[in-house]
Amino acid sequence: MSLDKNDVEKIAHLARLAIADEDIPGYAGSLSSILQLVEQMDAVDTKNVLPMAHPQDAHQRLREDVVTEKNQREHFQKITENVENGLYLVPKVLD
Amino acid sequence: MEWETVIGLEIHTQLATRSKIFSGAATAYGAEPNTQACAVDLGLPGVLPVLNKEAISMGVKFGLALDAEIGMTSVFDRKNYFYPDLPKGYQTTQMDFPIVGKGSLIIELEDGTTKVIGVTRAHLEEDAGKSLHEDFHGMTGIDLNRAGTPLLEIVSEPDMRSAKEAVAYMRKMHSLVRYIGISDGNMQEGSFRCDANVSVRPKGQKEFGTRAELKNINSFRFVERAINIEVERQIDLLEAGGTVVQETRLYDADKDETRSMRSKEEANDYRYFPDPDLLPIKITSEFVEQIRETLPELPDAKKARFIESFALKAEDVATIISSRETADYFEIVADKCGDAKLAANWVIGELSGYLNKEDTDIIASPVTAEMLALLLTRIKDDTISGKIAKQVFEALWNGEGENADAIIESKGLKQITDTGAIEAIVDEIIAANPEQVEQFKAGKEKVLGFFVGQCMKASKGKANPGQLNQLIRDKLK
Repeated sequence: MSLDKNDVEKIAHLARLAIADEDIPGYAGSLSSILQLVEQMDAVDTKNVLPMAHPQDAHQRLREDVVTEKNQREHFQKITENVENGLYLVPKVLD
Repeated sequence: MEWETVIGLEIHTQLATRSKIFSGAATAYGAEPNTQACAVDLGLPGVLPVLNKEAISMGVKFGLALDAEIGMTSVFDRKNYFYPDLPKGYQTTQMDFPIVGKGSLIIELEDGTTKVIGVTRAHLEEDAGKSLHEDFHGMTGIDLNRAGTPLLEIVSEPDMRSAKEAVAYMRKMHSLVRYIGISDGNMQEGSFRCDANVSVRPKGQKEFGTRAELKNINSFRFVERAINIEVERQIDLLEAGGTVVQETRLYDADKDETRSMRSKEEANDYRYFPDPDLLPIKITSEFVEQIRETLPELPDAKKARFIESFALKAEDVATIISSRETADYFEIVADKCGDAKLAANWVIGELSGYLNKEDTDIIASPVTAEMLALLLTRIKDDTISGKIAKQVFEALWNGEGENADAIIESKGLKQITDTGAIEAIVDEIIAANPEQVEQFKAGKEKVLGFFVGQCMKASKGKANPGQLNQLIRDKLK
């Protein structure tokens, strides 16, 4: 399977990446070769193999349900001027 | 053409943990904006999620309550989309290996029939923040306090065939999550909300029609109305030769209509993949058994027991068991006063009336179960009549005495059982109303009620009604 210009543009949009028009053919080629590698792996019979969710053979450690975080709003909001009444302001979201 | 409605529900219920699912920030409702949003919730670079054990326990508890498969290994995935109420750019959720697998729930319909509704799965995920669209100079305000609050999303099979069935399912699920204590179920605060997948098909057709998804309905009343409105819209569309488009629609309660949310249509490419920051969760059977031991008696079992041991009407039991707190309250009253029927009438009647009127939760009722039990005991031992008991109840509610006995004493409400005293009242009323005496003697039975009423009034409600009745009859003979 190989990707065309539209596919690359769509993927870039989904990832919110800006890419230059002249770079698209290069990306299309690189991404296609990744898919070709996947196609090669498709040939392996994995009928009795469980999907691997994580490369490490370990399981998640859990924490107790305790509130450990203090209010650091002022600290966090120092990185932006777009703050009002404690809210972060972002470009208008239309629903 | 005759149409059949097909409905599946996705219920989102916030879990009642103290801290968030992947961070140690608090989940309390109503805090100042962004004061409960830590670096993890803000999705700042370099942060890592640390999973809350209690969220896992609650998921398992729900699975056990539904007698569903428990995901002994479950996995968190990333559901990718960009929206400012979720700054990470993805929602951490469970796709292929949820914490709860197949189960079912029995719902009861208005006509008393029951129906089994399949539950496909329930998975853990994080809630998003809130977008405030009021005027911030053409910008949107974001509060991330809710971001990271644990949610259990409960997905049903498309087994419901009417809006009424959908409401019955939602109510039953609401009651269940509160029974087992995994959610406060507060719908005003958004702790319990649902999306409804609705489609119609010609009756008898096997294939499902194209469905529309109604988003974020947060009341039982709205879910019924939204579904009915949507079904009407789809049928009208199909009968006019049109087709239903698969899309997300929003129910507008003010206009009583559903409308398309076009903006999200193209975004439905979530590219799920296992979250590399979270290892698979393994649950041991010991852990499951420990949780099983914490399960309370569930609504269905409680209902069967109440009908069996208290000999009550099924509909009364349904009302009583609708919440665990009401059921517990009732059971204390019934046990202590020894009359389940009387206890049921008072809990469903007088008590519920006051609770509704004053918008009070039964846990906060100023009249405790013990207080009501004593009051009912005083009806049963003829200290007071049912009518006077209502006065005593009101006084108890208003905190005018510590218990029924104190109020009966201080207000002098004790029923007159002394025959002599009642006789005197009856004689007086009979003497004052010769006309009515004649009418009674001429066979007009109804006049008896007049005498009882007059005598009761004269005794200030303190005469024993049974005794009074008998006495008047005897005297009028």
